[in-house]
Amino acid sequence: MAKCRVCRGPAVIDLPRHNAHFCASHLQQLCRRQVEKAIGDHAMLTPEERVLVAVSGGKDSLALWDLLLELGYQAEGLYIGLGIGDYSDDSGRYAQAFAAARGLPLRTIDLRQEHGYDVPTAARATRRVPCSACGLSKRHLFDRAARDGGYAVVATGHNLDDEAAVLLGNTLRWDVEYLARQRPVLPAGDGFPRKVKPLVRLTERETAAWCLVRGIDYQVEECPMAAGNRHLGYKETLNAMEVRSPGTKASFYLGFLDRMAPLLAGHSLAANDALNRCSRCNSPTPGDICAFCRLVETAADHEPVPVDMIARTSGRRR
Amino acid sequence: MKVLLRNPKREIDLSGPRTVDALLGALDLNREAHLVIRNGTLVPGDERLHDDDEVEVRPVISGGATPDGSGAAGPDPARAGLPHDAFAPAPPGGDG
Repeated sequence: MAKCRVCRGPAVIDLPRHNAHFCASHLQQLCRRQVEKAIGDHAMLTPEERVLVAVSGGKDSLALWDLLLELGYQAEGLYIGLGIGDYSDDSGRYAQAFAAARGLPLRTIDLRQEHGYDVPTAARATRRVPCSACGLSKRHLFDRAARDGGYAVVATGHNLDDEAAVLLGNTLRWDVEYLARQRPVLPAGDGFPRKVKPLVRLTERETAAWCLVRGIDYQVEECPMAAGNRHLGYKETLNAMEVRSPGTKASFYLGFLDRMAPLLAGHSLAANDALNRCSRCNSPTPGDICAFCRLVETAADHEPVPVDMIARTSGRRR
Repeated sequence: MKVLLRNPKREIDLSGPRTVDALLGALDLNREAHLVIRNGTLVPGDERLHDDDEVEVRPVISGGATPDGSGAAGPDPARAGLPHDAFAPAPPGGDG
């Protein structure tokens, strides 16, 4: 039986990038230390600040909420019901169960009930991929909730795999502007809260393992809107490299942050001139009406569209 | 052994003994993208699985909507202009 590198007790996981096995207790220690290091290295949070955690019911956001609480931060959750059929219903239940088991409040916004549309309908109404309307809705609503609720920071569950895959995509396109902006912290400004990604030093396998050893149930199924997209292909490519050469993903992304990102400083397009306030919701916008309010206008008038009509099909799912 | 697979959820029968890594290899699954749970407990790659074990092979790769909801395929014209939108050229998959 494999033994934990730290205590020589029975191991529950092998982490080739660390060339080591860990027991449940020392896996948690490793995860806590990686998150502490990310927060410290990038000055993400202070214990005095109230943090709004973007909770989806998946492994990363629940691990993030759990870890931030473990580390003594004032983390509160917000879940957005996207109306993606059973997937959203189940995801919401996982988020609520996590909060209820710990006596934590979980604020919920339901897109259909509160804004008159859902993601499949928005995708059809705008004739764009579902992730577009989904992303726009969530960014806007988390920003607005943070602003209205007096939160200093919004924390999201982006992990090392997410960031490495985005980096690969940006690099393959040599999208210098996006490369220059791919940082784990986005400072507050122009009416937006600071946004942070405390899990960028943990792989998806590690955040999933955190949930398992902590007894956190989460949404395991894949979003039916996202199957087969390009981003998943980048992750598969990186994981094929990782198995042959453990540590590749961390070296790629963390090396980028250490050595490439500083060279790209200043290559990001200048922020817009002074932003206006949306005439409908008062959010920052370069025009008169923000993109979210325009989306609501388009999607809320559309007849509801069932998930099956929008869900992509893919032969690569496992 | 009974092996539960996901996406889509299904169950297959395989013979043991074999290691976790050998199981993933036989199923042509990447070990970086999966965890294996035996009788409810997480187990490492060199652990031996036996005929009477109940095993779950759990994928860990998320491709679904992120909590902050970033787009799947790079820059999004709908969010042009706002500097904070840059936070999320990020993945569709931060979270399952």
